[in-house]
Amino acid sequence: MEYVSPEGLRIDGRRPMEMRKLHAEMGVVAKADGSAVFVMGNTKVIAAVYGPREVQNRSQQMSDQALVRCEYSMANFSTGDRMRKGKGDRRSTEISLVVRQTMEACILTHLMPRSQIDIYVQVLQADGGTRCACINAATLALADAAIPMRDLVTSCSAGYLNSTPLLDLNYVEDSAGGPDVTVGILPKMDKVTLLQMDSKLPIDTFDNVMQLAIEGCKAVATYIREVLLENTKQLEYHRGV
Amino acid sequence: MLHNKSFVRKTKSGKITKNVREHYLRDDIYCGVPACKSCDSSAARLSACPSTILILDTNVVLNQIDLIENPAIDDVVVLSIVLQEVRNKNMAVYNRVRALCSNSARKFFVFSNEHHKDTFVQDMAGESKNDRNDRAIRVAAQWYQNHLGGVAKVLLITNDRENKRKAMEMGISAETIETYVKTLGQQDLLDLLVRPPSEDVVMEEVEDLRPSKRKVIYAEHKPMSEITSGLHRGIYHQGKLRVNRYNPFEAYVGSESIGDEIIIYDRTNMNRAFDGDIVAVELLPQEQWQEENSLSLADEEHEEEDVHLVPGSADDAPRTANPGQGSGANADLPSSRPSGRVVGIIKRNWHSYCGSLEPMPMPAGDGGVAHALFVSKDRRIPKIRIQTRQLGNLVSKRIVVTVDSWDRMSRYPSGHYVRTIGEIGDRDTESEVVLIENDIDARPFSSQVLACLPPLPWSVSSEDLANPIRQDLRHIRAFSVDPPGCKDIDDALHCTALPNGNFEVGVHIADVTNFVHPGTPLDDEASQRGTSVYLVERRIDMLPKPLTEDICSLRADVERLAFSVIWEMTPEAEIISTRYTKSIIKSCAALSYIEAQARMDDSRLVDPLTTDLRNMNALAKIMRQRRIERGALTLASAEVKFQIDTETHDPLDIGMYQIREANQMVEEFMLAANVSVAEKILKHFPVCSLLRRHPTPTKEMLEPLLRTAAAVGVNLDVSTSRALADSLDRAVGDDPYFNKLIRILATRCMTQAVYFCSGDLSPPEYHHYGLAAPLYTHFTSPIRRYADVIVHRLLAASLGIYKLPTVFQDAAQLTSIADNLNYRHRNAQMASRSSVELHTLVYFRKRPTDTEARIVKIRSNGFIVFVPKYGIEGPVYLTERSEKGEGEWFMDEQQQQIRKMDGSVTYGVLQKVQIHLEVVEPQPNRPKLQLTLI
Repeated sequence: MEYVSPEGLRIDGRRPMEMRKLHAEMGVVAKADGSAVFVMGNTKVIAAVYGPREVQNRSQQMSDQALVRCEYSMANFSTGDRMRKGKGDRRSTEISLVVRQTMEACILTHLMPRSQIDIYVQVLQADGGTRCACINAATLALADAAIPMRDLVTSCSAGYLNSTPLLDLNYVEDSAGGPDVTVGILPKMDKVTLLQMDSKLPIDTFDNVMQLAIEGCKAVATYIREVLLENTKQLEYHRGV
Repeated sequence: MLHNKSFVRKTKSGKITKNVREHYLRDDIYCGVPACKSCDSSAARLSACPSTILILDTNVVLNQIDLIENPAIDDVVVLSIVLQEVRNKNMAVYNRVRALCSNSARKFFVFSNEHHKDTFVQDMAGESKNDRNDRAIRVAAQWYQNHLGGVAKVLLITNDRENKRKAMEMGISAETIETYVKTLGQQDLLDLLVRPPSEDVVMEEVEDLRPSKRKVIYAEHKPMSEITSGLHRGIYHQGKLRVNRYNPFEAYVGSESIGDEIIIYDRTNMNRAFDGDIVAVELLPQEQWQEENSLSLADEEHEEEDVHLVPGSADDAPRTANPGQGSGANADLPSSRPSGRVVGIIKRNWHSYCGSLEPMPMPAGDGGVAHALFVSKDRRIPKIRIQTRQLGNLVSKRIVVTVDSWDRMSRYPSGHYVRTIGEIGDRDTESEVVLIENDIDARPFSSQVLACLPPLPWSVSSEDLANPIRQDLRHIRAFSVDPPGCKDIDDALHCTALPNGNFEVGVHIADVTNFVHPGTPLDDEASQRGTSVYLVERRIDMLPKPLTEDICSLRADVERLAFSVIWEMTPEAEIISTRYTKSIIKSCAALSYIEAQARMDDSRLVDPLTTDLRNMNALAKIMRQRRIERGALTLASAEVKFQIDTETHDPLDIGMYQIREANQMVEEFMLAANVSVAEKILKHFPVCSLLRRHPTPTKEMLEPLLRTAAAVGVNLDVSTSRALADSLDRAVGDDPYFNKLIRILATRCMTQAVYFCSGDLSPPEYHHYGLAAPLYTHFTSPIRRYADVIVHRLLAASLGIYKLPTVFQDAAQLTSIADNLNYRHRNAQMASRSSVELHTLVYFRKRPTDTEARIVKIRSNGFIVFVPKYGIEGPVYLTERSEKGEGEWFMDEQQQQIRKMDGSVTYGVLQKVQIHLEVVEPQPNRPKLQLTLI
C-alpha cells in the first residue's frame, strides 16, 4: 500500500512532516474544576479534572503527596461501528495508566498532600492518535483547574511508513502495522516523560522518527500556550480587569 | 496552507460502513511548468517552453500505454485521479506510468489535482464515480488552461465521446488520441495505437453488409458475479490455464477443488483464454470426456490455412483442430481425466509477445493501413491480428506485439505493434528474443550504478588488512575449482591437515557485500536482476563486469577479500567446530574441473596442493555418502555443452556436460557451507532469514514417473526421499544409460526449489527434499546470485560485523524480494534452455543427423523421444499428419506401449529408437527441429 505518494503527499493530502489541524477549547464542562476539548483532525477528546479534593478511599491517602487518578474511556459512538464496550478492557486500562503516569510526572503533587486529583478523559471521535490527544486534553484541563504543574505536557505520535518518517498518524496510517512512536515531553524543560513504540525500528531510523515526534510535541505546546493565553485574556475580559 | 475539508465516503466491506476521512486541500501544489511565474518551479518537470501540454484521460492511459511510452509523446501532465483509477484497474500499467513519471529523460509531471484547492471537485448527488472523475479531469484541464494563460496550449486527450463534448463546452481543447497522433505526422506511431475493441461504426457496417456472415465464434464469458457464486457452489473450478507445449489446442487447468487437472480441448472450449490466465472452468458431461492421449501431438501447421486479412475476417468458423474427435476407438470410453470448458477469465495474463508477421502478399498501395497476422514464437499463443502502416518494413523482422482484446466474433485476438527487434534469423536478434520472452534485463549498467564501483585498478588496501573483523588468511593454501574459462570465480577452498589428525577445511566466498552496499543504485539493480543469466554464447551479469571478473573474482595469485566458513573435521568428515569470518585470501591456483581431476588421478604427483585435493576428495566422498544415506536424491538433468566458434559464434559441436568427481567434491563442500550458514543465520534471525526450500512432490506429480517405471518393470518407492533414492539406485537396466534416464524423468516430476523468508513458513516447511536437509540456503555464489548477497548480509549481521539493513525489518518487502528472486531464477533457467534450443537449431540446420534416441512418453499417434547425446526432446509422429491415420496404431496405457494394429511393430517407453534429426520450416520464420523415425 502506498502511504506516501512519490509526489510527497500522504493519503489525506498532508506532507510527511505535517500535523493535522489542531483545535482546543477550555471550560467545556461547567461542573468540573477544569475541562477541555482537544481536537486533532478527526480525533476529538474531552477531558475533565476534579480536584484537588478529599481522598475518597482513605486507605489510598498519602501524607506527602496528592493521589492522581485517571480514567480513560471511549464513547460508544466514537468509532463508526458501535462495537467498543466502555472501560475496563486492556487497552483502556493501559491508556489510563499511561495518561496517569504522564500527568503525575508534571503535577507538583507534593504541594497537595492528602488530596486526590481525578482526571477523566473520554474519546468522542477516534481517528488515530487518541493517546496523544488524551494527554494534550488532560494538560489543558489541569491548567484550567489551576493545578500546579512543572510544565505543560504535550504529546504527539510519529510513524515510519514507505521508508518515510510521518508525523501525527491518522487511523489509516496507524492501522498499517508499521512502527508507531508516541512521545510526551515537557517542552520548556525539554524532557521526555512518555515514550512508547509499537513494532520495531532500526535505531538510527528511530532517532529520526523520535526527533520528528518531539518537533510535533513542541508544535502542540506552542498551540496550547496560545489557547491558554487566549483563555486568560477572556477571563480577564469577563472580570473586567 | 492547510485547508481542512472532511468528506464522507461509503465503502462496502461485507456490510455498509461509513468512513470519514480527512482530505486536506492545499495551495502549494504547483503546475510543473518551469516558465510559470506564480508557481515554485523547483520540482517542475515539463520542458521549458512547452507548446502543448497534454492531459490524458484514464482510458487513454489504460489502453494506449505502449504509445505513451514512445518518446514522441512528451510534456504530459498526469493527474493523480487518473493514476488512482489506473492503479485500481491495472497494476501493471500503473507501474509503467509511474516509471515514466520518474524517468528523468521524459517530461511527465504528476499533478495532485485531488489535493489542490482549486481542482478538487465535490461529489454531486446522483453522479457516478466515473462521471465525477471525468469532471475532475476536465476541471483540472480548465485550471491549467486558465493558470498558464497564453504560455502553452493545454490539450485534453480523451477517447470518451461524452467527456470530449463536455470539455469542448467548457472551452477546453480536447482531441481523441487518434487525431492527436495523426497531427504528429509520424507513421510508425499510428501502429502503436490500440484500436478500440469493436469500433461501433465499423462493426455496424460489417453487420449491414454481410449479416449472414457474422457468427459468434466463442461463447460469452460469464459475468464475474456469476463466476464467484459458481465457484462457491462448486459448479465452476478456478485454476491457471497451461497450454500444451506441443499442441496449442490442448490445455490443462490445475484445479484445487477437483484435485486433478482438467483438460480442455481446442480453442472453442478454451474460449479465448491465454496460457497463464486464471480461468473459471466448467466440467463437461462425463460422456464428452475424451481419452487423454487421443489427441496428442497435433501440430499447428494444419490449422488456419486460409487466413482472411480483411478487418471483417471475424467470420471464420471455429475449426476443430483435433485430428479425430470421437473416431478413435478409445475416444468412446469414458476416461478418468475430466475435461471442461472455460466459462470466464478471472485474470488475464496478457503481455507482449515476440514473433513475426505471417508472410502475405503486399497489399496494393503500400503505405496504407494493412491488416496482418502476427505469429508468436511461443507456439502456445494464438495468432494475433494487428494493423500496420509499415508492412513492408516489418515482414522480415522480429517484432513485439501486445494483445488488446479478443472479441467473441473474432477467431484471433487483436493487438498492436510495439517495436521491432531486428532481422529474422539473425543470431543477435534471436538471442534478444530469448531475453525479452523471459523478461531479462540485458541493458548495460547505468552510470549511477557504475558510480558505485570502487576505483580501478583495485587491490587490497592496508585498511582492509588492518580491519579487525577481517582475518588474514593469505598464508593458507587456497585454490579454486571451476568450469574451464570461468571468469567469475566466487568460491575457493582450502584443506590443511592439523597436528591432531583432523583437517581444517575452509570455503572462501567472494566478499561481494564489501562492495555492494544496501540502498545504493548498484544494490537495487542487482536485486532487480536477481541472478546472472548464462546463455550459450554470452553471459548477462548481475553485477558490473569489473566486480564480476576482477574485484570480486577469487583469481589465482592475487589478494582478494572473502567471506570464509571454516570447519574442523575429523578424517571421518564429522564437523567438530564451525567458524565464520571475513578474510583476505590469496588463491594459489585456479583449477578447472578437468585439471583438478587429472591431479587427483595422477599418482605420481605428491605436491602439497594435490595432497590437499585428495584429502578433500576423501572427505567429500564420506560426506556425500552420508548425505545419500539421509535420503538425498541424485537427480540428473540433460545439460549440454556447445563448442562455439570463436569468430562466427556458430556452434561447432554439442555434447552432454560431463560430471567428474572433482565437480562432486566442490559441490559437496558448497552444500556443507550453505547448510552451516543456513543454521547460523536462522539461529540469529528466526523470522527474517532468506532460506531455500524444496517442497516434497505430491503423489500426483510422481504419477507419470511411476507409470513409466512400472511399464519397464521397475518398482519405485516414493514414500520418502530416502526410499526414492534407494529405488532409483536399484533401477539398473540392461544398458548403462537406463539409470540416468530414469533419474532425468524423476527430476522432471520434482517441484522447483524456491527461496522464501523464514518468517512466512513454519519450520517443518523449511525442508529441502532433494538434498534431504532440514535447512538450506544459498551462500556460495554472491557474484551471480542476489540471494547469496542477502545471505552474506545476514551472516555478517549475525556475527555482529555489520548492522542488519532495514529491509530485513519489513517482512513484506523481504517476501517480495524472495518472490522476485524465484521469478528471475526461473526465467534465467528458461532463457538458458531457450538459448540452447536456439543453438541446437543453428547446429542442425547445416547438419541433418541420424542418432539414437529414447522414448520417454507414449502418445496415441506417436511418442516423445529424448536424444541423450544432444539433450534434445521432441515429438516423433507415427502417422502422417495430413492423413491422420487413426486406428492404425493402438496405444496401451497400462504397458505404456504403442502397437500397430496388425501387431507387427511395438514401441514401448524407454525403448531405444533410431531417429533422423533435421531442421524444417513448415511455417515461415518458425523453424523447428523435426524428428523422424528411421
